[in-house]
Amino acid sequence: MKRAIAALPILVALIIGAFFLWGLNPDRDPSAIPSVLISQPAPEFDLPPVEGVGLPGLSRADLYGNPEPVVVNVFASWCVPCRAEHAVLTRMVERDGVRLFGINYKDKPDDARVWLEELGNPYERIGSDLDGRAGIEWGLSGVPETFIVAGDGTVLYRYVGPVVGAAAEKKFATALAQARSRDGGTS
Amino acid sequence: MNWKTLSAIVMLAVLPFTALAVEPDEILADPALEARAREISKDLRCVVCQNQDIDSSNAGVARDLRLLVRERLVAGDTDAEVIEFVRARYGDFVLLKPPFKPETYALWLTPAFLALFGTGIVIVVLRSGRKRQVAERLSDDDERVVAGMLAAEKGGTA
Repeated sequence: MKRAIAALPILVALIIGAFFLWGLNPDRDPSAIPSVLISQPAPEFDLPPVEGVGLPGLSRADLYGNPEPVVVNVFASWCVPCRAEHAVLTRMVERDGVRLFGINYKDKPDDARVWLEELGNPYERIGSDLDGRAGIEWGLSGVPETFIVAGDGTVLYRYVGPVVGAAAEKKFATALAQARSRDGGTS
Repeated sequence: MNWKTLSAIVMLAVLPFTALAVEPDEILADPALEARAREISKDLRCVVCQNQDIDSSNAGVARDLRLLVRERLVAGDTDAEVIEFVRARYGDFVLLKPPFKPETYALWLTPAFLALFGTGIVIVVLRSGRKRQVAERLSDDDERVVAGMLAAEKGGTA
């Protein structure tokens, strides 16, 4: 009994140490919000096209029955990091053959049109989410956010913030490769 | 300090807490519904400025969620249904009070466990302390030894 009590402080120190190891890990982001969407079917939404862009709108139905995973990017012309991310997304589409859908979040159609004319348009479809309601359906906390949706409409991955920089792009590419092997395996 | 100064200080001190993020165009015409909306908003966390409830947050998403809460209430949802609606989209994270379920047992039960554990230690320590105090009298053997020593002492000095 005495021995057991004597060992208690060591045990307590070990437990606290383990918490420190976990909590002080530089890779852990304490403000990261776990997404409820992951492994769930894509949420219900139906967005009209952005006026003047000449692309079809985006709805839940477009995310179902695709032969391969698609990437859904939430962007806005007023969002500065989106501008940096735009180049990365364009490269993904041109080099890796990614199918990219867009949700234009709380953006004036005219601004979005000018933005796309200036930077180029990598999107296959763009839905205009003027009041941000589709954003809520997606559990959005800000722009940009990028999702990978499997061919069967299951949301596989969510990236909060711009996919810019080697580390972020690598993370995203890994997730995309996993999504592709998953879809390739099941179909 | 007179009564007037004191009340002025109290009023000024309270003033910042009455500042609201809820904008006039959000407020519902029905005061009962609005009161419910305010209560619900106080339990929902803003996903941008994470340690604030949406009722007091100025973030765009918080405003959208406030409007959504009011919309659901007008549509006839109960308070629980409204909260469930938001929870389904943003997860347990949006609830400022975490629900009691297997994943959160550690969170809810650890304080109670630690309190019990601490009480246990206090009881053990107090008990063992009392045992030490029990020896108020010397045993017969000790008494004899002490008597012998005292006698020797007396014999030595006398």
